[in-house]
Amino acid sequence: MTTTLPVPQPEASALAEISQETLALTRRLFVQLQRRPSTLVAGVLQPLIWLVLFGALFAKAPAGLLPGGISYGRFLGAGVIVFTAFSAALNAGLPLMFDREFGFLNRLLVAPLRSRSSIVFASVLYITTLSLVQSLAIMGTAALLGYGWPGGAGLLLVLVTLLLLVFAVTALSLGLAFALPGHIELIAVIFVANLPLLFASTALAPLSFMPAWLGWLAALNPLTFAIEPIRAAYAGQVSLTAVVLEAPYGQLSSATCLGVLALLAAGLFLLIRPLLDRKLT
Amino acid sequence: MERLESVIELQQLCKRYGGKKAATAVVALDNLSLQVPAGSLYGLLGPNGAGKTTALRILCTLLAPDSGSVRVGGVDALAEPRAVRRLLGYVAQEVAIDKILTGRELLQLQGDLYHLAPAARNRRMDELIELLGMTDWIDRRCGSYSGGMRRRLDLAAGLLHSPQVLVLDEPTVGLDIESRAAIWSVLRQLREGGTTVLLSSHYLEEVDALADHLAIIEAGKVIAEGAPAVLKAALGGDRVTLRVREFSDADEAERVRSLLHDCAGVRQVVVNRAQGYSLNLVIEHDGVVEQLRRQLAAADLPVFALAQSRPSLDDVYLQATGRTLMDAELAVAGSRDPKAERKASM
Repeated sequence: MTTTLPVPQPEASALAEISQETLALTRRLFVQLQRRPSTLVAGVLQPLIWLVLFGALFAKAPAGLLPGGISYGRFLGAGVIVFTAFSAALNAGLPLMFDREFGFLNRLLVAPLRSRSSIVFASVLYITTLSLVQSLAIMGTAALLGYGWPGGAGLLLVLVTLLLLVFAVTALSLGLAFALPGHIELIAVIFVANLPLLFASTALAPLSFMPAWLGWLAALNPLTFAIEPIRAAYAGQVSLTAVVLEAPYGQLSSATCLGVLALLAAGLFLLIRPLLDRKLT
Repeated sequence: MERLESVIELQQLCKRYGGKKAATAVVALDNLSLQVPAGSLYGLLGPNGAGKTTALRILCTLLAPDSGSVRVGGVDALAEPRAVRRLLGYVAQEVAIDKILTGRELLQLQGDLYHLAPAARNRRMDELIELLGMTDWIDRRCGSYSGGMRRRLDLAAGLLHSPQVLVLDEPTVGLDIESRAAIWSVLRQLREGGTTVLLSSHYLEEVDALADHLAIIEAGKVIAEGAPAVLKAALGGDRVTLRVREFSDADEAERVRSLLHDCAGVRQVVVNRAQGYSLNLVIEHDGVVEQLRRQLAAADLPVFALAQSRPSLDDVYLQATGRTLMDAELAVAGSRDPKAERKASM
């Protein structure tokens, strides 16, 4: 014989439950940040150091080297903003991996979460917010160094671009945190992916600067799709349809770049979604 | 005996770790079946490595079995894991606590993961903080807690959504006496309140003190099952431990054994080498003890110690497995692959 237990309380709407889960998990990340502010301090300082050092390193680049004849510092700002957000998102899986290794993740997995996507949403909210704070610091510093300011509509474009990029890369990183055996493997993947993706993008140098094969790589690199709209905004050009990149395979507008990032975010999210529900056998 | 309704039904669960190569695979569960009656406090007793944790992790939807079925309150846990998660409270063996959060913040998070309304959650938290004696330290960060405090907080988290079924994996391992007593008392209160409690333990006295039903698990199988008192009574006879001297030797122990072996009312005499060549006897009734003393006196043998007891759970265990729980733990300690298990448990 079997006892049938009444299910505790009637279920609320999916949206209400997912928001409750997501906000609770996001709050935890922010409480951790507030009590361990070293992440924030280092996260703000590091891109500023990049900006100052790289800006100085190439300060004497010949005039007319860069498209539009802008200074290197002005060119660099967009790259540093995107790379900073990208690194933060790529590392999003690490806290989750440590939760897994310390058993805290089990607390989430035995709970009746309406959707484990809440885990992804919480990280995206957290890292996007963090990236915006970092970006404002970078943009403020860049303005002080005389590298310009993107303006109001430009800021909105920066926000949308970063949100799409952070969503895509965070989803990937969290998926890896579920799929890989442990934090050593995850760190190895992050280590291998991080700097090469920076160098094979237009963050530090324009396509015209690169040998053909690298130009192709850079023109396919998601970082480039985030960098170029922001760089255009810095140049005072927030039109979505204007061409922002002369890729070897054709001209790309900001709208195309954002579209590709949105597809990438949706694709990666769908790709890693089954990993969240997988029972580790 | 009356037929009790079961709220947890595990049917023929099989699980092996270490995957494809049969040579390296470790069988954790071997056709394990278990019925936990509604409202009982059920003890899962077995040495480390017997498969207790694996069974509980499968029950709590953390792990998929290779074969077999799991039902909780009539719900198929493999088909509808989320429905089962709402019914269950799970207190894992490794205490899962975020050191940066305070105990109260952890409980709030837990409440949101179970979709409790804030007002109801706060009322329930106050109850549990009171019940588990956490008032003084609940607003301190978890990183500063002792093992016992962590365990109590973990138990409170498991109870926050007032589950009808509470599952605890080794809830008192390594705890101080005060925390252990606090946890035991809460578990008894839960049973009084009608909650079904399933706990695993490798402490005989814990299962003996708490459980009204128990299953002994060894090598992934249930090898005995029932109420502790019934299992003990089924063994029959009393246990006598005898030492003629504080430290005997093998020869003398053997001499005493053959002397007492044929006494009327003595069922069994075993020389226990691990306990300084003491003798373990099973006797039919109290009167036999007097007879043993007379027999020893007649043979001019002294009596250093003679203790009589009713059968214990350890005797039940010994009878079911042919070895004591401690021997089983030692044997199992060498045969596990902690790395593979850890990997599978994540």
